[in-house]
Amino acid sequence: MKKIEAIIKPFKLDDVKEKLTELGVQGMTVSEVKGFGRQKGHTEIYRGAEYVIDFVPKVKLEIVIKDDIVSKVVETIEKYARTGKIGDGKIFILPVEEAIRIRTGERKEEAI
Amino acid sequence: MYRVLCRLLLVLLNILLYNVPAFGAEGGAVTCDSGNTAWMMISSALVLLMLPGLALFYAGMVRSKNVLATMMHSFLAMSVISIQWVFVGYTLAFGSDKFSLIGGLDFLFLKGIGPETLHGDIPLYIFVMFQGMFAVITPALISGALAERVKFSAFFIFILLWSTLIYDPIAHWVWGEGGWLYKMGALDFAGGTVVHISSGISALAAIFVLGKRKGYLKEKLIPHNLTITLLGAGLLWIGWFGFNAGSALAANTSAGLAFTVTHLASSAAALSWLIYEWIHQGKPSALGFASGIVAGLVAITPGAGFVKPAEAIIIGLIAGILCYRAVLLKVKLGYDDSLDVFGIHGVGGIWGALATGIFVTVGGTGLLSGNWNQLGVQAIGVLATIVYAFVGTYIIAIILDKIVGFRVEDEDEVIGLDQTQHGEIGYNM
Repeated sequence: MKKIEAIIKPFKLDDVKEKLTELGVQGMTVSEVKGFGRQKGHTEIYRGAEYVIDFVPKVKLEIVIKDDIVSKVVETIEKYARTGKIGDGKIFILPVEEAIRIRTGERKEEAI
Repeated sequence: MYRVLCRLLLVLLNILLYNVPAFGAEGGAVTCDSGNTAWMMISSALVLLMLPGLALFYAGMVRSKNVLATMMHSFLAMSVISIQWVFVGYTLAFGSDKFSLIGGLDFLFLKGIGPETLHGDIPLYIFVMFQGMFAVITPALISGALAERVKFSAFFIFILLWSTLIYDPIAHWVWGEGGWLYKMGALDFAGGTVVHISSGISALAAIFVLGKRKGYLKEKLIPHNLTITLLGAGLLWIGWFGFNAGSALAANTSAGLAFTVTHLASSAAALSWLIYEWIHQGKPSALGFASGIVAGLVAITPGAGFVKPAEAIIIGLIAGILCYRAVLLKVKLGYDDSLDVFGIHGVGGIWGALATGIFVTVGGTGLLSGNWNQLGVQAIGVLATIVYAFVGTYIIAIILDKIVGFRVEDEDEVIGLDQTQHGEIGYNM
């Protein structure tokens, strides 16, 4: 089992979610997050006073999947979250030790 | 027939109940005019509408932790200054003249005024109410400069003292019969000098005592909800029709002119601020548009009954750019006029007063007709108001700061005024 954490542009979420569902991904957790990378922030101007806003809004996707579809999932996210412009985000792949479905007590891949 | 009956009845009631004459200040037989009275009651209510408008306009520009405190400054003035006004304010401004400087105490607590007493052909009570709304909004305007750090109790005392010691005398100079600027022929149709220069300059004086907000020019002290600022600017625009067109004190041609030029000047100023900022900063901002509306309304206020539409548009266009430049000064010079009361009301008011001396063609002549004298008189009015309002407010603020403390503790400022001053939070979401 692997956990995929992807930070993407908010307006790409719908595309990515749809394509991942088509791949057979059965669940995901999405959070609205703020941060910065190479894109840096943007400036806001109020009555002539300029403020640099460091943190840019992004969406974080968390998906736990079986090892065999990891490469397909990553490819899909790469393909559908890309605009080609700075600030498209990042994908992280982490090993997962255990998964438990609370209702039934199922373990491991049965639980995801 | 109805008018005759109405008048007879009024005279009779006066004799029976109050023993005050039912005649206007000018003397002669004047009856209560229903049209004028209706318009003046509506105008008074429209000026009052400017206070929730101002409250929203200001509240959107502060951080969310100070939203209630900021709105309360305007709402507090609605009640405190209304009481102050009938108690002492009205008589200081409009009582019988003393040395051309102040009104006497003959109308203390509206003594001697009854329901049948007239001012011209409207009830004197309505004149008192209409003028009272002006007294209410002026200290509320100052609150924008003190926002996010002033102590509520100190603000309470401040507006009482300021209204009594600064506003009422200046109102007498300009509008009170026998006031020295009135006698000199200074033109101030709806309060450019009395309301806007006085509040704008006093705001500047007060912040020299109050000091800057914590984190000014270092942290992001940015507006928390510009949608309510836009709504507030819209309400101010509507209310200003009462403010300016109501200042004709009748539903007549002068009111019609004031109504028209008020609308055109604010339209022009909103546009000039928007476009100038667009060129200067690259984006046409909503806050800029809202600020331009107010700048135009301020600038046309003194000349509303004296200039024609074309001149009003010029006054507005210049006001938008001038006030925008004035607001930028704050960052350059480093003083913290939180919501730009000086930049918009002070500078817009001074421009409007001088512009009246330049562009007046109705009921007088100005610079455009070769009359330098009017511009000179306007300049004297501006200068006198600047000096008196600045020095007076500075002294009030210093004394207040020594006795009760003008601003909140540092920690309270960081937590926010809503929680520390009022024990509430604006948004529980």
